Amino acid sequence: MKITKKEVEYVAHLARLDCSEEEKDIFTSQLNDILGYMDILNTVETAGVEPMNHALSLENILREDEIRESLGAERALANAPDSDGEYFRVTRVID
Amino acid sequence: MSLNELTVHDVHNKLVTGEVTAVEVLEAVYDRIDAVDGTINAYISLMKEGAYEAAEQADRDLSEGRVKPLTGIPVAIKDILSTEGVRTTCGSRMLENFIPPYDATVIRRMKEAGAVLVGKTNMDEFAMGSSNETSYFGVTRNPWDRNRIPGGSSGGSAAAVNANECIAAVGSDTGGSIRQPAAHCGVVGLKPTYGRVSRYGLIAFASSLDQVGPLTKDVEDAAVMMNVLAGHDAADSTSVPHPVPDYRENLSRGIEGWTVGIPREYFIEGIDPEIKAAVDGVIATVESLGAECRDISLPHSRYCVAVYYIIAPAEASSNLARYDGVRYGFRTSGGDTLLDSYKMTRSAGFGAEVKRRIMIGTYSLSAGYYDAYYKKASQVRALIKKDFDDAFRSCDIILTPTTPTPAFRIGEKVDDPLQMYLTDIFTLSINLAGVPALSLPCGYSTDGLPLGVQLIAHHFQEDKLIQAAAAVESHLPLEKKRPGI
Repeated sequence: MKITKKEVEYVAHLARLDCSEEEKDIFTSQLNDILGYMDILNTVETAGVEPMNHALSLENILREDEIRESLGAERALANAPDSDGEYFRVTRVID
Repeated sequence: MSLNELTVHDVHNKLVTGEVTAVEVLEAVYDRIDAVDGTINAYISLMKEGAYEAAEQADRDLSEGRVKPLTGIPVAIKDILSTEGVRTTCGSRMLENFIPPYDATVIRRMKEAGAVLVGKTNMDEFAMGSSNETSYFGVTRNPWDRNRIPGGSSGGSAAAVNANECIAAVGSDTGGSIRQPAAHCGVVGLKPTYGRVSRYGLIAFASSLDQVGPLTKDVEDAAVMMNVLAGHDAADSTSVPHPVPDYRENLSRGIEGWTVGIPREYFIEGIDPEIKAAVDGVIATVESLGAECRDISLPHSRYCVAVYYIIAPAEASSNLARYDGVRYGFRTSGGDTLLDSYKMTRSAGFGAEVKRRIMIGTYSLSAGYYDAYYKKASQVRALIKKDFDDAFRSCDIILTPTTPTPAFRIGEKVDDPLQMYLTDIFTLSINLAGVPALSLPCGYSTDGLPLGVQLIAHHFQEDKLIQAAAAVESHLPLEKKRPGI
């Protein structure tokens, strides 16, 4: 068993997901299948191999810090589920 | 032949000579959509108003001699690319009503090249799937057999091209999402080198793997589309400032004297015998054209599914953290606290496969498991890339099947995620290594389903892919069949 139902609950919390009891059972079973399959990687010798995070060697890309036109509040808020015209509105965070 | 059945280069020639108008071509495309898309479900949204305006503009341009590479060509867009003022769902309830305030760079480039954007095509939710079954907007059906999947995640684009619901299409490919549906629908699909095409405005799934590319009716069209799509973009710092060749230049140069690698790891037990036979036919054609086929090894191929399904979900879990129901997208009502609101929104807005991948990714990146999963996978990824670097020292291109089986039945694998993941076994390594690859139709199964062969080249050698694919396409003895739809 790679992952228990309790761990599934914890990971769901980290991922900001709510799971029904049924979903937790399904995920526990499926994640065990999938993570079990990943054991195949333990048969590969990787001592001294530099992890590859990108297909190409990446370098910092710099540009002049110049002022450009931005989206503007109205367009930036146009897709917001809730706003007051100037700010995104969310459930109260502080009492 | 109806206008909607033509290729990009055919339509282009007819427009330039004045034989047809852009509006007539567009009408033929929308007539076809009206006739078949109720069955195929290739499109999520149509862009009729803007399309007719663009077609009328194209006709004015043509009459005044202003001809650009895609002037008046109706192109379908995978619904993962942001289109200004046009709903962009990414196949998800989360973005069901999302209207981007800007165009993706590839959209801008196509508009500037004169393209007429027909509509937004169906896809697996957030591009996570191999069958288009995870779309919130219903499965797309394979034009060759409506009970089978079109492949995924660019299944809508592939089906739209094959069913002649557009002239050409654009998709994205993170682990095979252009090539696998291209193979299953009998069209040409090209995944460019990582960094060749801008990802700005492409809704992110796995940022170190995602690339945009064309799905077309023939190889020449892929070249025409790549001429428009490829190139550096200051808005995507991973796009590369290498010069872009004219991809049409090599179409008729042939492959005499080339060395073609045949990796033995791709001809394993479990591969469908009809696919093996079809690919053997391509090998014979390649040899008849004066190329030498050589047995090679890509020894780490067998680890690609494990590596990919750690790395891609890890990147996805991070990329999809942005969907919190605050700035854009779906939000549930209720939730006493902000945390409750996040959880309720994400649980209702994402489908099962997306949640599953977020869970895998969150787990593999979490404290205590990072070294065992993500770091280990990133090390094996380096070995997979080295396999390709080594192989391309002695090969011009590599030739493999695109998929291990023809298109499977709708519902056949949907309850077994691991079995679904294993269908990507021949396409994943290419994204992990960042090299370009192209799927080309190469035969039919006895059930009449199209089969695909995959050509792979080294970084930034799309011109070689197109050269080889064009040679195979024009010499492979392949009957041109049409789907039943």
